[in-house]
Amino acid sequence: MSMKALPIDLQIQNTLAALLLLLSFAMLSQRRIVTLVNLLALQGALLGIATLLLAWRTGVHHLYLSAALTFGLKVIFLPWLLHRLIRRLGVYWDTESLLNLVGTMLVGVLIVIFSFGLAQPISALASTATRNSIGIAVAVILIAFLTMITRRKAMSQVVGFLSMENGLFFGAMSATYGMPMVVELGVALDVLVAMLVLGVFFFQIREQFDSLDLKHFETLKEEQ
Amino acid sequence: MEFLLLLGTPLAGAVILGFYGGRRWAPDLNVAFSLITFLAASALAARIVAFGNLVVGREQFFIDAFNVFLVALTAFIGLTTSLFSRPYMRIEAHHGRVSAGQLRLYHSMYQLFMATMLIALTTNNMGLLWVAMEAATLSTVLLVTLYRTAASLEAGWKYFILCGVGISQALFGTILLYFAAEKVLGSEGVSALLWTHLNTVKGQLEPAVLGLAFAFLLVGYGTKVGLAPLHNWLPDAHAEGPTPISAVLSGLLLNVAMYAVVRCKVLVEGSLQSSLPGRMLMGFGLLSVVLAAFFLWRQRDVKRLFAYSSIEHMGIIAFAFGMGGPVANFAALLHMTVHSLTKSAIFFTVGHAVQRAGSQVMDDIRGLIALSPTIGWGLMLGALAILGMPPFGVFASEFLILTSAMKQQPWATPILLLALGVAFAAIFGRVQPMVFGDTSAKRLPHPPALVPVFVHLALVLMLGLFIPPYLADWYRAAARLIGGH
Repeated sequence: MSMKALPIDLQIQNTLAALLLLLSFAMLSQRRIVTLVNLLALQGALLGIATLLLAWRTGVHHLYLSAALTFGLKVIFLPWLLHRLIRRLGVYWDTESLLNLVGTMLVGVLIVIFSFGLAQPISALASTATRNSIGIAVAVILIAFLTMITRRKAMSQVVGFLSMENGLFFGAMSATYGMPMVVELGVALDVLVAMLVLGVFFFQIREQFDSLDLKHFETLKEEQ
Repeated sequence: MEFLLLLGTPLAGAVILGFYGGRRWAPDLNVAFSLITFLAASALAARIVAFGNLVVGREQFFIDAFNVFLVALTAFIGLTTSLFSRPYMRIEAHHGRVSAGQLRLYHSMYQLFMATMLIALTTNNMGLLWVAMEAATLSTVLLVTLYRTAASLEAGWKYFILCGVGISQALFGTILLYFAAEKVLGSEGVSALLWTHLNTVKGQLEPAVLGLAFAFLLVGYGTKVGLAPLHNWLPDAHAEGPTPISAVLSGLLLNVAMYAVVRCKVLVEGSLQSSLPGRMLMGFGLLSVVLAAFFLWRQRDVKRLFAYSSIEHMGIIAFAFGMGGPVANFAALLHMTVHSLTKSAIFFTVGHAVQRAGSQVMDDIRGLIALSPTIGWGLMLGALAILGMPPFGVFASEFLILTSAMKQQPWATPILLLALGVAFAAIFGRVQPMVFGDTSAKRLPHPPALVPVFVHLALVLMLGLFIPPYLADWYRAAARLIGGH
């Protein structure tokens, strides 16, 4: 379908989807943890705007609530919590990733191609206006997964985890205009609690190892 | 009413113990809450026996033949584990391994964990099932790291990240399920994620989407079941946390995750009209059995040994559900029951044995029978039961699984038999010197609670000889519900 045939808000929607994917790549390559958290907050903000636009377009009321939840949790609270943790723990940089930058990027590109292939049957069945973004949502999820695999610092893995959650949320929105409200609230609650548990956990790790580098975590292996 | 009590008691317990969990009498309070939960579960089960299935809370919760016995089992093992944990945690506090604050966290999270599992078992909403499963992980992460040792932090981190990522896959699967269901049931109201509604229209759900959804759901919930190759978190989390937590993780959480997988399988199989989901389950199950059997040989830590044994048994259960059909499903349900009872009994004895020896390394644990005949015999009988010796219940269920495998999937029988043989040699060879042999262990400051061990083993023995008729009816009804070939 040509771009001209699309109404303006859908064009914005598609642009937002593209930006989300771009941000995923930026996060994949970013080594500075403070910037990583800012990128995550930006991703949350784009997601919130996309949800708001969709709510306005479709008139589905609970989408307004999810947009509010996204802004409150993913744009304001979680980045604030992570920044606070970064300051208090003094972790600013991630070490070199397990795979070099060019290699990681290439894998990322392959993931995008794979994701669009995977999403093809779902997009074909979907009746939502945003069905073309499902492929992007899958790509965001898988690239976040790649971010988690290639990083050594606990903090970067957590940012990857949250980015994956963003991708899942975007996928649910594109395919079905969001999950039922009970479920969305439950998921948000779980994410919130997970981050609080993690905060406690980080302090325990630091107390024990004096750092948040996961290279210390290589004692529990089978060949002992 | 029973239902409100069932879910409300552990939730209230979590809050109250969150304030008073560090007091001297907190372990008794923990037992009291678990007892009320168990009584509520029994009353609920009695009501199901009398009046049949139950749907409550605007259809958000339901009880049928498949989950009623799991609810009763979960509440029962929750009670016996709290009885075991009473002296166990007092001894840990006496040894200076946990402070009052840590005990408060422990007791509060113990109740919260029970609540999340009971919600996961009774909810009708596939989305809430996901939320409760994730909450079950979160409530136990800080328990795995309770001792704050380097190894326990590593185990906790692995548990958090692997299960977190795994469960995200399951969320994507749930989204896909909702996507397919919404086309048939409509998005107005919230019926599109209710299992009972989905089950009635499963034939109309889009097969292409559900096939994809199942792949994600199986990987997601399968991570929590501990199916190979997604099992990495399991031995670490079992070995490093306090032993009562190992007992409930192994005996209950794995069952609940398996329950989630099977609920999904029923829907997907109905939509696909093929045995693909069953074959996927069989593949994962067989891989887990074989991998775990060989890893058993390399273990030196007693809790890791039995954690791998749990992976093996979960593999057997997954394989049986994968085969499907009335007999295999019946056997799988029976196996879930007897495995939970036996494995938690083993962890109870292992917990006290470790406290006596002061080490989890098997070479340091010797001559339990001379020290305390009850611990020694408990461990020996538990090990024999889990290895499938007659007349224990594990023998009955494994025998049923093997005979139906011979009929339905003859190629898999030699692999299963070989793995069971390897596991037998590995575990028996390790347990024998721990029970018999010379000893140098110390006395415990509090008398251990060994009644739960023998109650569990007696139940397993009973299930090997005689299954109560209502339980058999539940198993049969659930086996029909699960279907398959």
